[in-house]
Amino acid sequence: MKKLLIIFLLISSSAFAGEAKPLGDDPVIEARLKTLSQDLRCLVCQNTTLADSSAPLAEDLRQEIRKLMREGKSDQEVVDYLVARYGDFVRYRPPVNNETALLWFGPFLLLIIGGFVLYRALKKQAGSDDIKAEDL
Amino acid sequence: MGRMIKFLLPFALFVVAVGFLAKGLFLDPHEVPSPLVGKPAPKFQAPILSDTGKVFNSEDMKGQVWLLNVWSSWCGACREEHPILMAMAKTGQIATYGLDYKDTDKEAQAVLDANGNPYKAIATDVDGKIGIDYGVYGVPETYVIDKAGIIRYKQIGPITEENLLTKIVPLLKELQR
Repeated sequence: MKKLLIIFLLISSSAFAGEAKPLGDDPVIEARLKTLSQDLRCLVCQNTTLADSSAPLAEDLRQEIRKLMREGKSDQEVVDYLVARYGDFVRYRPPVNNETALLWFGPFLLLIIGGFVLYRALKKQAGSDDIKAEDL
Repeated sequence: MGRMIKFLLPFALFVVAVGFLAKGLFLDPHEVPSPLVGKPAPKFQAPILSDTGKVFNSEDMKGQVWLLNVWSSWCGACREEHPILMAMAKTGQIATYGLDYKDTDKEAQAVLDANGNPYKAIATDVDGKIGIDYGVYGVPETYVIDKAGIIRYKQIGPITEENLLTKIVPLLKELQR
């Protein structure tokens, strides 16, 4: 029984090894693809990165990225290629522009407003304490 | 008066926040606005479905307003959309061309034979390369392209009667003028 199990494990692991073979053969491009595609969104299953997605479109796009990289395109050029087709949404790190300004600076704006409100409230409280002291 | 503002201001902020959240609730995150709207439609040449030897050239479309409907025989939502495309074809007013996305001619032809063919011609995109150039990420998708070859509208998902009547038809009327 144990032997049988071991044989099963050996067979299945070798089968997986066959499937996991990278499609590209250039290790430099594979490494670049891996890093870059971790910052890119798969549009089919939107909460996965292009690196992790098994959707057919993600596979097509990874192939396309490999092709572009083989042609000597830089990472930025590859990202531009995808953004031109799918929009900024493909990027997990949205760029700073007019449309995303509120997204980037909104939290700081809220912090400033909150700080101001707190400052006013504290000052008022301190002021009312003074009045009470006078009243006494 | 001061007390009134103390109550009304946070309340107003609350209402605004609820408004934004409610709007967000009804947005479909799968509808990603296409950066290609307002830009020239990517050029392509592709074999025409089941018409061996003939080539579809997007440049030949210049001078007319046309719809490029991306579909596939394996796509369920396309079958939902099919009757609407047929009805549009029947009017004779709308030039709909198909892009058969990652499909085989045999299976695509079988669907058309069974349900009818609403397209003037169908270009085939076997490996999905044209689809990538158009930013297709789910079928069906439909592009409205004007006489100058500019994409004016992108429909993500099946065309429904509602968005046909409220968006596509008025836009076509405007573009065909």
